[in-house]
Amino acid sequence: MKNELDFFDKPENIRFLKILFYISLGLIVIVDFFITRKHIHFPWENIPGVYALFGLVACILIVILAKILGHQWLMRKEDYYD
Amino acid sequence: MIDWLPPGLIFIFGALFIPLFNGKIRQAYILLLPIFAGIILLNMPDGNGYIVNFLSYELTLARVDKLSMVFGYVFVIMAFIGFIYSIQLKDTGQHIAAFLYTGSSLGVIFSGDFISLFIFWEIMALSSTYLIWARKTKASYHAGLRYLLIHILGGLSLFVGIIMNVSETGYIAINVLALSGPASYFILIGFILNAAVPPFSAWLSDAYPEATITGAVFLSAFTTKTAVYVLIRVFPGTEILVWLGAIMAFYGVIFAVLANDIRRLLSYHIISQVGYMVAGVGIGTALALNGSVSHAFSHILYKSLLFMSTGAVLHMTGKSKLTELGGLYKTMPITLTLYMIGGLSISAFPLFSGFVSKSMIVTAVAEKHLTIIWLLLSVSSAGTFLHTGLKLPYFTFFGKDSGLRAKDPPVNMIIAMGIASFLCILIGVYPDVLYKLLPFAASYTPYTGEHVVWTMQILLFTALGFFLLLKHLGGEPCITIDTDWFYRKGVSYFMWFINSPMSQFSDWLNKIIFVIIPSYLVWISKNPVAVMKIASDNVLLRFSSSKKSAQIKHRIKKEKEIYPGEIINHWPIGSTILWITLFLLVYTYYLLS
Repeated sequence: MKNELDFFDKPENIRFLKILFYISLGLIVIVDFFITRKHIHFPWENIPGVYALFGLVACILIVILAKILGHQWLMRKEDYYD
Repeated sequence: MIDWLPPGLIFIFGALFIPLFNGKIRQAYILLLPIFAGIILLNMPDGNGYIVNFLSYELTLARVDKLSMVFGYVFVIMAFIGFIYSIQLKDTGQHIAAFLYTGSSLGVIFSGDFISLFIFWEIMALSSTYLIWARKTKASYHAGLRYLLIHILGGLSLFVGIIMNVSETGYIAINVLALSGPASYFILIGFILNAAVPPFSAWLSDAYPEATITGAVFLSAFTTKTAVYVLIRVFPGTEILVWLGAIMAFYGVIFAVLANDIRRLLSYHIISQVGYMVAGVGIGTALALNGSVSHAFSHILYKSLLFMSTGAVLHMTGKSKLTELGGLYKTMPITLTLYMIGGLSISAFPLFSGFVSKSMIVTAVAEKHLTIIWLLLSVSSAGTFLHTGLKLPYFTFFGKDSGLRAKDPPVNMIIAMGIASFLCILIGVYPDVLYKLLPFAASYTPYTGEHVVWTMQILLFTALGFFLLLKHLGGEPCITIDTDWFYRKGVSYFMWFINSPMSQFSDWLNKIIFVIIPSYLVWISKNPVAVMKIASDNVLLRFSSSKKSAQIKHRIKKEKEIYPGEIINHWPIGSTILWITLFLLVYTYYLLS
């Protein structure tokens, strides 16, 4: 096949992207220590980095909750209604 | 004032002429009409126009103010994008249906009264059903039928509400209603059914993935957003909507985890995103209502973009399941790029449209210190990025190589997606183009240091969670039961109940009333005297000694054998007349005294 992209199939590129991703994770938490907080709606917003934790926990919670609901209750075979 | 046709009617009447043209002329006609409607729209004067007499009422077909205009703009833009995307279609029916659907949606937006609203509402339901049926598969036929029946039910509720409201108040004009009394509840149910508020939401995730590739693009834009519009018009600040909206946002995200079909996943995210808008309507402050309007605006653009790019994948590969896709970035890089613009917009990344619109609603919730609602909406935000921004593209375009080598779609599809992408970024980078159009007085600045940093924290660490859980997140070849279970499976249990116990009971009742009792009466009437004799013998039998009872039993047996036998007493007519005269005499005596 001509003109086929394969950027994401090379391990060195994936490694590079991973490093970039981890650096941005670190940076976005560090930046939080230096921003000025003008509007605080909830008390936890004074803790730097709290939303990083929130994002991670929210993501894991959603997946776990949905998978439990799905496998215990909601999921059926594809021909269930046929 | 020149009374031009309102834009909705331009599309509806315009649909009639589509069959007259062919080939390039038809394509030109289909693309020029939205532009024409757009020009009309830009020149519509404020206030109520196009008033038509209907029965004894005055229908207002063009209620023009800032609220209806902002929806009008985005609907016409959306129609234009959708027609570019679907221009190569040969199916005349689909073009006509899309025209009618667009026109009736615009009709609802500009209706000034409940009667014309209801008429356009029903045209919407019918024409959109055709966009599902036009796929011509068994699944789409059944899904379309369910879709139609549910919408007819919703329309019925709306109709009942409207009739009650008009007869109570005497007015047909659309105004803010307080949620009290049956009329307002019926109207609300009609509205939130179209907004896909659970438990009235399963029609959406059931039918949209079965629609045609181009039909789904239109569907994703109009029905739910007209519902958001009428909710803003009629029920702003209705508290129950805050809860319904927040639950809806969360519910859509949870079900999207389990979806395997890419367009079904996106459909659940429509429900989730409309949840934000419904919650905004419920909050009812100027900021929240502006948030709902602007989020509807940007949602129409990025959701249609997402449906167009997943439609492109389906169009080029013939597949739409995560378990069957993978590795497409190699041959569909343009589709991937455009999809990601939609994905980042719906995830509310800074510089994309969702960031400047969704945050208005979330901020309005925070200002009211509704912590639980805020948490539900914020967790749903993370979930939105998790699925639409990460999971779907990862397992479609990257992940395990499925061996599919589909190319990017035809150029008209890319142009349509390109326009939508451009608008998503334009709104994100320069939000004032959208904010200028907003109907309510509230200022909002999306780009503050803390807002950008906190949003990025949530999003990036959601991504971290995604990569940690990657192994568990692939699609599973399953379907998920939703509230449609009640009318797809539950109905068969109901039918069993009707067939077995209920119909047996009715057979039994039937037999008693129409067979056993009448035949018994007939038997008695053959010789009532003999019957009385048999009856009295039976009573005697109960009280007689055993010695005598054998004798009585024998007698009863004999009486039954000869029944009805000869009727013993033939009363002569003369004596009958004598008795009647006597009774009459007594009766007259009492009357006189």
